[in-house]
Amino acid sequence: MILRSGFWAMGGYARFVWPSIGFALAILAWNVWSARRHHARALVRVRRAIQMARSEES
Amino acid sequence: MSAAETDVGLLRGIGLVLARELRLGFRRPDQLLQPLVFFLIVTTLFPLALSPLTSLLRAMAPGVLWVAALLSSLLSMETLFKADADDGTLEQLALSSQPLGAIVVAKTIAHWLVSGAALVAMSPLVATALSVPPRALPTMLASLALGTLTLSWLGAIGAGLTVGLRRGGVLLSLIVLPLAMPLLIFGASATDRAIGGENPAGALYFLAALCVFTTSLGPLAASAALRITLE
Amino acid sequence: MWKWFHRLASPPHLYRTAAAFAPWFAFAAALLIGYGLVDGLVFAPPDYQQGDAFRIIYVHAPSAWLSLFGYTTMAVAGAIALIWRIKVGYAVAAAAAPVGASFTLSALVTGSLWGRPMWGTYWAWDPRLTSELILLFLYFGVISLRKAFEDPNRGDRASALLGIVGFVNVPIVHFSVYWWNSLHQGGTVMRLGKPEMPGSMLWPLLAMLAGFMCFFGAVLCVRVRGEILSRERQSTWVREVVSA
Repeated sequence: MILRSGFWAMGGYARFVWPSIGFALAILAWNVWSARRHHARALVRVRRAIQMARSEES
Repeated sequence: MSAAETDVGLLRGIGLVLARELRLGFRRPDQLLQPLVFFLIVTTLFPLALSPLTSLLRAMAPGVLWVAALLSSLLSMETLFKADADDGTLEQLALSSQPLGAIVVAKTIAHWLVSGAALVAMSPLVATALSVPPRALPTMLASLALGTLTLSWLGAIGAGLTVGLRRGGVLLSLIVLPLAMPLLIFGASATDRAIGGENPAGALYFLAALCVFTTSLGPLAASAALRITLE
Repeated sequence: MWKWFHRLASPPHLYRTAAAFAPWFAFAAALLIGYGLVDGLVFAPPDYQQGDAFRIIYVHAPSAWLSLFGYTTMAVAGAIALIWRIKVGYAVAAAAAPVGASFTLSALVTGSLWGRPMWGTYWAWDPRLTSELILLFLYFGVISLRKAFEDPNRGDRASALLGIVGFVNVPIVHFSVYWWNSLHQGGTVMRLGKPEMPGSMLWPLLAMLAGFMCFFGAVLCVRVRGEILSRERQSTWVREVVSA
């Protein structure tokens, strides 16, 4: 029903509508991915700092 | 000598730094001439690359003049604080009884006098070579004078932010050029209108407004930038 | 209110607050963007002039809005940090910059894809696209200035100052680009986005705007957490949080 014929054609503008929706969604996905990676890297840095502090103590 | 004797007023302090900068500037004439020669060479590139047709030259002259002026001013901007920061003079000046803003004002004005004003003085020559009619020259001179002064303030902010960096030159352009785009728009269109025989007052007024605006806030921002990078 | 603001300025408190808010923002963003996309792409009627091409507005307008909102967040956080010496401000500014820049890029790409059917060219020197491009350059300047310093403290403060200078410049650029454009093109460029829009088109747009804002909030929370962790990695509270 939703995929009525012509939905994907976008009245002849499919060439422009779908790439722009796709690009915007890709930017959203990139933001999610890079924010999580950023956080994970920060965790790694903290763990490394903790380990260095421990090895200095011992 | 007691501290009271060496303590000078604000204007006198600005004057002293200004005089020192001008003396230093004229002592190194090659550094003074290089941006001017660069300006000349860049403007020569365009007729060679495009066409020597008078009509075409006249149409593109404002843009060429302004882009070349922008680039050659940027080229000299990097040296604004560099030598003094490298040998520690700048830190001494910052520690003096004068506010850092006053020193920035003196240095920037001196820099504009030896680079910007020289460029403005040379521009009629270049403009004539690009077949700009003589009636447009006063407008072009006024727009370039206002524009290069504004650019000096923007450049002072950029130079202050990048002074401690090893490869600050490219970064300086990256920072200052987007900020300078309104200048380019109004400067080139004022010149363009004067060439076409139209009234350039609107664009000139806007350039003057930008110049006043940056002259009032530029020293503040540039001295804040220096304080961040120096300490 | 002031008390709340002051507590937010302490890194551990902001770290926990961001953790509490992030899932809610993410949840709201998913709902709103999901609804907006379905309603905007499937159910909203085609525009009487632009046909189905107008549907690009559902991703273009929120991206353009976030590009400005991200810059504002970055500049205001930087200003707060510089003026009141509140260090977490730098963390927020550093977190907002790449997010805002990515949405500026998205606004440019979707705008030019919209321009092709409407203007017949991918890139017209339209005032909105041009000032968006200059905004992207401003983002590049701030981001590369921060990275250029070896001392992160200096990079933070320098890029905060540049952010403020750029923020003052944004309206000037916007105005001058409009003026320049009206001079050169004489208003031949078709204006996108009409002020009056029927509700069936407007509701999904509002949902997308709100959804993108929530998305920005969620991403900012995660990034701010990361920034705080790596900035405070020598402090005991971070070590306790991480080893627990």
